[in-house]
Amino acid sequence: MTLLKGKVFKFGDDISTDHITPGRYFHLRGDMAKLAEHTLKDADPTFAKKVQSGDFVVGGRNFGLGSSREHAPRVIAECKVSAVLARSFARIFYRNSINVGLPVLECDTDGIDAGDELEVDLAQGVIRNLTKGEEINFTPIPEFMRGLLADGGLAAHIKKHGGFKL
Amino acid sequence: MGQTLSEKIISEHCGRQVNPGDLVIADVDAAMVQDGTGPLSVKELEKAGLVQAVHPERTVFFLDHASPSPRSELSNAHNILRSFAARTGVIVSEIGEGVCHQRMVEEFARPGDLLVGADSHTVTSGALGAFATGMGSSDVGFAIALGKVWLRVPETFKIELTGSFKPGVFAKDLMLSVIGHIGADGATYKAMEFLGPVAHTLPMHERFVLSNMSVEAGAKAGLFAADNVTKAYLEDAGRGEDFTALAPDDDAVYEKTFSFDLGEIEPTVSFPHTVDNTRKVGEARGIKIDQAFIGTCTNGRLEDLRIAEEIVKGKKVASGVRFLIVPASRKVYLEAMREGLMETFVEAGGVIQPPGCGPCVGIHQGVLGDGEVCISAQNRNFGGRMGNPEGSIYLASPATVAASALTGKITDPREFL
Ligand code: SF4
Repeated sequence: MTLLKGKVFKFGDDISTDHITPGRYFHLRGDMAKLAEHTLKDADPTFAKKVQSGDFVVGGRNFGLGSSREHAPRVIAECKVSAVLARSFARIFYRNSINVGLPVLECDTDGIDAGDELEVDLAQGVIRNLTKGEEINFTPIPEFMRGLLADGGLAAHIKKHGGFKL
Repeated sequence: MGQTLSEKIISEHCGRQVNPGDLVIADVDAAMVQDGTGPLSVKELEKAGLVQAVHPERTVFFLDHASPSPRSELSNAHNILRSFAARTGVIVSEIGEGVCHQRMVEEFARPGDLLVGADSHTVTSGALGAFATGMGSSDVGFAIALGKVWLRVPETFKIELTGSFKPGVFAKDLMLSVIGHIGADGATYKAMEFLGPVAHTLPMHERFVLSNMSVEAGAKAGLFAADNVTKAYLEDAGRGEDFTALAPDDDAVYEKTFSFDLGEIEPTVSFPHTVDNTRKVGEARGIKIDQAFIGTCTNGRLEDLRIAEEIVKGKKVASGVRFLIVPASRKVYLEAMREGLMETFVEAGGVIQPPGCGPCVGIHQGVLGDGEVCISAQNRNFGGRMGNPEGSIYLASPATVAASALTGKITDPREFL
């Protein structure tokens, strides 16, 4: 999981959990595959159709603000997105992403454009914009959360260690 | 070094003095999920072979978001929760009992608690002096089954309140102004603590609004000290034994302090589509509305209904406007009926709906049409929130909503008070 590669879907500031998983699809929450057909629908209605395995979701400030619905990072992961990059993340979205095993990287996303090819080296903490020939650093994920990600999320962590392990 | 309210409570729950930034595994006193998040918690626990609850008597499953259920998928989701509850003894708050956060403060949350909920507005219970925070389905699921949660100890912002409200101005106007000032991400990862002598004079229903909306500034928790007002509230509810006094240390360290003079706050409106897009009501004056909604975990309490009733009494809602009223809980509903408030609303042309989230999250009971505008006493106005990305939501106090329902345009409530 350390080397991720794909193309960018770019979004602006304040992408809320309502944009990612609109309330009108509330009844689909029991079926993650079906719910994922509407991923990010209220920010880009065609996203779920176009996204390909390995691609990146790139946002601006306060990505994932709003509700606590874990379905938001789960549908993004269900679309096989390899990581979400944003200038900043809302708190619950950030921890939910880690808990479901979706890497979330805080970095300067201003220079990243839709369609750019990125390569992310999680271990080295660097994002390479292959289209632009630039390197971007991201804020390191705290060690405990990195452990959760490496275990494959919270459920897998608890199974592996028989409980929480700091 | 002195401690803030949050640091005190978290220290108590992990057996050592904590500092901001520490990562801890803490004990959980009470936990809740709702019908949109709970089924996923149950699924994760079943997968892990952990169909159990450490504190079933303080774990509550709320059937409130789709209540009563408008579709079979959601009825089935309700049954997933009922069945887990039957196996583990956790409490089900049934259809018609009310919105989770209102029910938590009425019956379950206590000062000093560490409380987690799979709903972002879990922070509401912070008004009682609990460290209450929203998380996802997995976090809360495992907290229910194992009684523990991982936490990063937040830095604290002190929100110092001074002065007193002018007539027609309420906690909602204050909180919209605070969020407008700090920004929708201004308190991300932080605890907000509402302090100062004026905070101690605020009645509980105003405190609930401030704590409830602390998450709209990104905060992890929004707390008040547990004082005499808290004590009286719990005693009134027959829960005097749940009270413990709680105050921050005098030398507690705050990352930042913000001061707000209540006397300077005007009726405030958040424009679409972010909560921090706030302006004074005068700037919204005259914007035509199709729907006016009073209810939710933010502003569906008895005091909110009372002020709305005072405004609409003996008058009629503007033609073409849907005026929706949803009491936050059965208790609120009963008291409002006894006081005759519901009669006034119905006479004025309002529509009363059963206690629950109502149209707040866009599932049912008041979905907007294309191009329609709603003025709402709820806490969020994101695109699509009321079920249609082509709709627009303005946020305001129940008084402003009621006044606007009468004129069909966004209206300064002071014209009617
Ligand atoms: S009333 Fe609205 S904000 Fe409150 S819990 Fe229900 S859906 Fe969420």
